[in-house]
Amino acid sequence: MSAVEQVQEQGSNILTDVVVRFAGDSGDGMQLTGNNFTEATAIYGNDLATFPDFPAEIRAPAGATFGVSAFQIYFGSEDVTTAGDDVDVLVAMNPAALITNLKELVPGGLIIADADAFTAKNLARAGYKDNPLEDGSLDAYRLISIDITKRVIDTVKPHGLSHKFAVRCKNMWTLGLTMWLFDRSRDAAIDGLRTKFAKAPDIAEANVAAINAGHAYGETAELPTGVEVYKVPRASVEPGLYRNTTGTEALAYGIIAGGQLAELPIVFASYPITPASGLLHSLSSQKQFEVMTFQAEDEIAAVCAAIGASFAGSLGVTSSSGPGISLKAEAISLACATELPLLIVNTQRGGPSTGLPTKTEQSDLNQSIFGRHGDTALPVISASTSVDCFDVAIEAVRIATKYRTPVILLSDGYMANASEPWHVPDFNSYEPFPVTFETNPEGFSPAKRDPETLARVWAKPGTPGMEHRIGGIEKDYVSGDISYDSDNHQKMTDIRKAKIDGIANDIPDQEVVLGNTKGKLAVVGWGSTFGAIHQAVKRGLAEGLDVAHIHIRHMWPMPSNLEALLSGYENVLIPEMNTGQLIKIIRAEFLIDAKGLNKISGQPFKIREIESAIKEQLESSK
Amino acid sequence: MNAPIKLTAKDYATDQEVRWCPGCGDYAILKAIQKLMPELDVPKENSVFVSGIGCSSRFPYYMNTFGFHTIHGRAPSVATGVKLANPELDVWVVTGDGDGLSIGGNHMMHALRRNVDLNILLFNNEIYGLTKGQYSPTSQVGTKSPSTPDGSVDLPLTPCTFAIGAGARFVARSIDTEMKHLTSQLTKAHAHKGASFVEILQNCPVYNDGIFDHVKDKKTSADTRLVLENGKPMLFGTDNSKGLRLNTANLTLEVVTLGEEGVTESDIMVHDETNKVLAQMLSELKSPDYPLPVGVIYQAPAPAYVTDVYNQRIKVREAKGAADVNALLQSGHTWTV
Ligand code: SF4
Repeated sequence: MSAVEQVQEQGSNILTDVVVRFAGDSGDGMQLTGNNFTEATAIYGNDLATFPDFPAEIRAPAGATFGVSAFQIYFGSEDVTTAGDDVDVLVAMNPAALITNLKELVPGGLIIADADAFTAKNLARAGYKDNPLEDGSLDAYRLISIDITKRVIDTVKPHGLSHKFAVRCKNMWTLGLTMWLFDRSRDAAIDGLRTKFAKAPDIAEANVAAINAGHAYGETAELPTGVEVYKVPRASVEPGLYRNTTGTEALAYGIIAGGQLAELPIVFASYPITPASGLLHSLSSQKQFEVMTFQAEDEIAAVCAAIGASFAGSLGVTSSSGPGISLKAEAISLACATELPLLIVNTQRGGPSTGLPTKTEQSDLNQSIFGRHGDTALPVISASTSVDCFDVAIEAVRIATKYRTPVILLSDGYMANASEPWHVPDFNSYEPFPVTFETNPEGFSPAKRDPETLARVWAKPGTPGMEHRIGGIEKDYVSGDISYDSDNHQKMTDIRKAKIDGIANDIPDQEVVLGNTKGKLAVVGWGSTFGAIHQAVKRGLAEGLDVAHIHIRHMWPMPSNLEALLSGYENVLIPEMNTGQLIKIIRAEFLIDAKGLNKISGQPFKIREIESAIKEQLESSK
Repeated sequence: MNAPIKLTAKDYATDQEVRWCPGCGDYAILKAIQKLMPELDVPKENSVFVSGIGCSSRFPYYMNTFGFHTIHGRAPSVATGVKLANPELDVWVVTGDGDGLSIGGNHMMHALRRNVDLNILLFNNEIYGLTKGQYSPTSQVGTKSPSTPDGSVDLPLTPCTFAIGAGARFVARSIDTEMKHLTSQLTKAHAHKGASFVEILQNCPVYNDGIFDHVKDKKTSADTRLVLENGKPMLFGTDNSKGLRLNTANLTLEVVTLGEEGVTESDIMVHDETNKVLAQMLSELKSPDYPLPVGVIYQAPAPAYVTDVYNQRIKVREAKGAADVNALLQSGHTWTV
């Protein structure tokens, strides 16, 4: 049932949750509109999750279906962990936005369309023969068709903008109307505009006027029955200070925080690639911290500069997306061989090759665990939500510096761009893990290890008496000198592996997020499928199903109790946005006959897809 | 910590057995550098040698400094990271024609144009030694090698021309066995702030023996070698009887003999190492039509990359104030529940 119908049926305007999707040309400013609405919604006190969904083309030809940019937000009074399965309110700025997003709209859902954009040319470009706003084909929905462009031009006329700039204000008009619809405050958006356009006050004021005009339209216009101001009660959340964050931001902050906890400067070296570049941008503007950013000439140079920085006593961090990580593979093996700390962030996207650069996927788990030459085990850790990126980055820095090893951190395009409210943590509550450099020349060997962690000593250039050489050639176990000895190679390979395996004893036991610690079915996930699995299992539990949600953060090595934990369930279901990568590891490592649920469409899982897989699984194992 | 006792070449040698082939030009270069290091007034612990892969790239193992033998072609990138992390370090890159100009050409280009304060030494033997003798991007056309049994057909590049084209601000050329000349070029390269590029002609007696004999042979070198000195006329030949004159009609350098056709010393072009156009012309000169220029071909200092990076950072810090993670976490729009 759509939110609109629900309101009519229950005779009150209270809704527990709503999904709104803003869709328009990539130049229409839909991401900005969505972000403003998100901020207002967070300030209002709803729990929320967002899903920015944009095309690979920066400015596709106006009106083209492949140029549609959308921003979806799910907000409500209960815990919200996905961007929602079905859309209740669709804002369509042109025919292409309507035709590409209508299938997501529930029957009875509300469409807000800019009638002025439904011109013969745009209709033809989107593939419409007749104007859907007029031919009755949208009768199953509620339609508010407004001449937005014209109204915006009239509204901003006093501000003296050129036609081009005037038309650009229409996203703010739409934002104003949507804010009216959900009783959001316009203050933050208006403040934001005045800050953003501080140097061009006429543009700022034109946009503010557009927001206010959209809002006023809602207050005064005759709207279809059932369309009125909806109230979505505040979510009951833990008291404290909140903000919104995308995964990219949380990850950037986590890297800075990790560096401080390790008491190490960070050198972040990267090369532009979608959807990972945001991290480079974010860290580049934090020069007040001990974080140096370097835009290298290519992916290989980026990882190599990071390795050089680690050799010199900083923590080298590099970041990319799937194809770029492939280019870095050789150098990552060098970091494994020389046993230097290094953090590699992979913001995964649809592959293979250029694939779907702006869409999400989690198909680089194999590459992360296995994708190098030689026997080069290294820790792999994955974030599950935008907010989680902060803690995961800190944990990755801890492991990399404590064990002197490259660590791969997996994020993805979805969580990198999606924002959610963040209960801001107190940095003082984090336990520091300072690094100690070797400074004593007495009996020094670059091959010396910590007997417990097996980590190699870290003696940085500039330290008197510690001059030594490292490199990619196999080294003697004791002296660190070049060695081609066969027994020594066996020993070195074994110790490098043992070091990584041993990390399993230094990570938290695997916990169960929801449900019992044994039973009929465990749904095991990793990465950004967290929200959908969480909600699906929650619904299953509410229906009395025997199902649990387990979400793995430490992909390699895995928590030492994982095998025993999973063995306590009769069935294991592994949803993944790939053709089945975690499942192979679980089957190979633990001989557990897990079943997969795989989606490779570039779109996140819907709750109901996982819900029905849970039911099917429980049904078939009866 | 500055060592109270003056160090010697021995202090810069390691206990590792040097594994180059007997007679390899690398030995002479190693000896020159080990001897030079104590003269440079750099604490030993601040010197770092970074190399890629190839015969020349084994170099760091034989230097008792900090050293990193990395992967093929990537030494300039690793060295850039070292310098970014600690600008106090004195960073040397040792590479070869295959490592630095084939697989690593891109990194070489960017380290040079970015002007990272590195001393880059390119040992040019015009061959792949470590992989057993394939032709390289600097091999002359017709080079017979295991991968070009009938002779190579592709045109080689000239390292110094490449470096100037890439925007290098210090470009010099020297010869493995000319210890005095080599040492003076390395001293200048070291003193130069920003990226310095020194091509060292290096003989590989195993796979490409004698390719530089014409410039090395004492009997012919007067005619085949042009020793560049800044501010001095570009004279060469026995008794400096020949020189380079600029032909202004077609903008080329031409070889002239003093006393012939009325040529006097005042007709000979004076070397100006800050003149990039001249540098480009000089870097291209080759036998048999021209003598091979050695010495500083080009030097025009510009701000070094890492210095500017740190300066920019200081400015931002002055403007933004102290760093505080909690303040960062609480930045932007926040609300209290
Ligand atoms: S192969 Fe040539 S360059 Fe390599 S060590 Fe032997 S002589 Fe020297």
